[in-house]
Amino acid sequence: MTALQRILRPALWRLDDLLSRIFGPAWNPLYNLGALGFFFYWIVAISGIYIYIFFDTGVTEAYDSVAYMTEDQWYLAGVMRSLHRYASDALVVVMVLHLIREFAYDRYRGARWFSWLTAVPIILFVLASGITGYWLVWDQLAQYVAIATMEWLDWLPIFGEPIARNFLAPDALDDRFFTLLVFLHIAVPLLLLLALWIHLQRVSRPRVNPPRGLAAGSFAALLALSFAMPATSHAPADLAKVPTVLDLDWFYLGFHPLMDVWSRGTVWATAAVLMLTIAVMPWLPPFRRPEVARVDLDNCNGCARCAEDCPFNAISMERRSDGKPFDREAVVNSSLCVSCGICAGACPTATPFRRTGALVPGIELPHATLVSLRDALDRKADTGSQQVYLIACEHGARRETIGHPDLAVATVPCIGALPPSFIDYLLSRCGAAGVYLAGCPQGNCHFRLGNAWTEARLEGRRDPILRKRVPRERVCWGWFAPHQSSGLRRSVEAFLRDVRGLPPQEAPSVRQLSTRFDRSREEGGVGGP
Amino acid sequence: MTSALRYVGQAAVLVAFAGVVGFFSAAPSFRHFPEGQALLKVSFAHGGARRAECRKRTRRELAEMAANMRKEMDCPRGRVDLRLEVDLDGAPLYQATLPPTGLAGDGPSRVYERFVLPAGRHVLHLRLRDSRRNQGFDHVTQKVVELAAGQSVAVDFRVGEGFIVR
Repeated sequence: MTALQRILRPALWRLDDLLSRIFGPAWNPLYNLGALGFFFYWIVAISGIYIYIFFDTGVTEAYDSVAYMTEDQWYLAGVMRSLHRYASDALVVVMVLHLIREFAYDRYRGARWFSWLTAVPIILFVLASGITGYWLVWDQLAQYVAIATMEWLDWLPIFGEPIARNFLAPDALDDRFFTLLVFLHIAVPLLLLLALWIHLQRVSRPRVNPPRGLAAGSFAALLALSFAMPATSHAPADLAKVPTVLDLDWFYLGFHPLMDVWSRGTVWATAAVLMLTIAVMPWLPPFRRPEVARVDLDNCNGCARCAEDCPFNAISMERRSDGKPFDREAVVNSSLCVSCGICAGACPTATPFRRTGALVPGIELPHATLVSLRDALDRKADTGSQQVYLIACEHGARRETIGHPDLAVATVPCIGALPPSFIDYLLSRCGAAGVYLAGCPQGNCHFRLGNAWTEARLEGRRDPILRKRVPRERVCWGWFAPHQSSGLRRSVEAFLRDVRGLPPQEAPSVRQLSTRFDRSREEGGVGGP
Repeated sequence: MTSALRYVGQAAVLVAFAGVVGFFSAAPSFRHFPEGQALLKVSFAHGGARRAECRKRTRRELAEMAANMRKEMDCPRGRVDLRLEVDLDGAPLYQATLPPTGLAGDGPSRVYERFVLPAGRHVLHLRLRDSRRNQGFDHVTQKVVELAAGQSVAVDFRVGEGFIVR
């Protein structure tokens, strides 16, 4: 798995980067694959409702009604039919890309297994929706698809009579069969919608609508395609003849030709192994989960910012259990927590300025405590004043900045795990000349929302905000993928030049320094990122 | 990247996306069935005779049964396997023993087989055993079929009609 991820990742990083340059991070189609999938689903649903108005259920009526839409009312119903087909195909494309990306970026294991596993029925429902749609046209392609699918299903010893016998001869088929097909073609997409809803249950603020510009562009592309290459039918189905040459929709019917080459049992085995492999991938190999976030009730005032910022709905606010005069307390659901630390970054008690007691915020990661981060920063501050600090996300770029002579580098599990008060602390107490924050590319945060929340906090749009007294010219941030280390280095060096042009920061007073050292000894914080 | 270049790039990406979707939605073509051949399907679902004769229950047996379960005839559910043999132009084409379906073996036996044959005139000999006998066949027939290239013909079986070509 890891070897395959190592092959895929660099290619995806570069593709992400290229599309971000072209579309901008917010509109990057690769960052909006799930939302585009929903968008294509709704195009399919609306166009489907329209063409259903003209569709007749019957052995000959089905084909004739589709032909009417395609030829007589080509300008509307025909376009709707084409949109119906092409949006369905586009849905498969974004679904497969979504799957590949989540795998390549290792965003499917640990607490994220649920979203991955629930993708399996989604894949099956998408394919079933498309395949039943092709039957309805009742042309030669429909005949081929229907018979091949039924013969494949008949391999299972669960039918008293082979269901492919429904297509044995021209007189075998009944009009009512099309009523059943229409029911299936409506019911399966509704089940798909239900599966999509379940798929998003463990994700907070799921992006189900793409940015308007991207949606408009995608729709325009599909509309132009519908006019340029209208969806057409094959010759009418005739059960007395065998369809010979077929223009397959490879997105939905790519599996069917295997049935001509392999036995039905082999095709079943292949499909089952493929689906089972996808289903169990989150546990191949078993994921060693880092410790989940821990709540310290003595420091939790029930403000709910952690619950608000958690990208995976892992924190809920429950009735207070310790008798303190607050209504609620944060409770971490360990099965949902991905150990990103964004909750600690949102906690108002996570301030390194604390003068009394140990630095224990209301919530934080046991393996990446804020006290250890503060101590690590303090130690770096001891090596020289007027330093520039680079605080980098573990999942973003940082390779080329490690060992930089003019930088003090520290890492955090996610840039969203850094409380903004640390920036203030570095500039006002550690005598830092500047602070540079580096994280995953915009729109592609490993933990979904870390860089978005950080940017909002620094710009004063989201609590906890960066205090107004912090000189903004000494704070910078940049979002870079791991392969963009040189880009990060250039950006950091430009920041270094800018900072050097500024008047020197006021050095921390002796009292401040001694407070820092005393506290460090008291808490015994060791290690650090 | 300048705005104009970005717009051109966006258009190019969307056109490429639409192009991939449009192309693979109906291409490349796939030949499902060889040229100059025809398709023969042999398919039916038919229940064989019961494995054993029905037996009349004795008065004592009936008395021992619950009142609502007292049926005079005791008929075993299981059915015999069918034996089907098909010869094409004098040579064996298909021979199979078809077990009954169902967990209790009381459902119909079923067969669905496809044979790709050269177009032309063919003689089919069809034999089916559906009784408890061990030798011989209960239904024997000969059918002559004229198959055009690309034609699909089905051989079915119905009680009372025997083998039929559809």
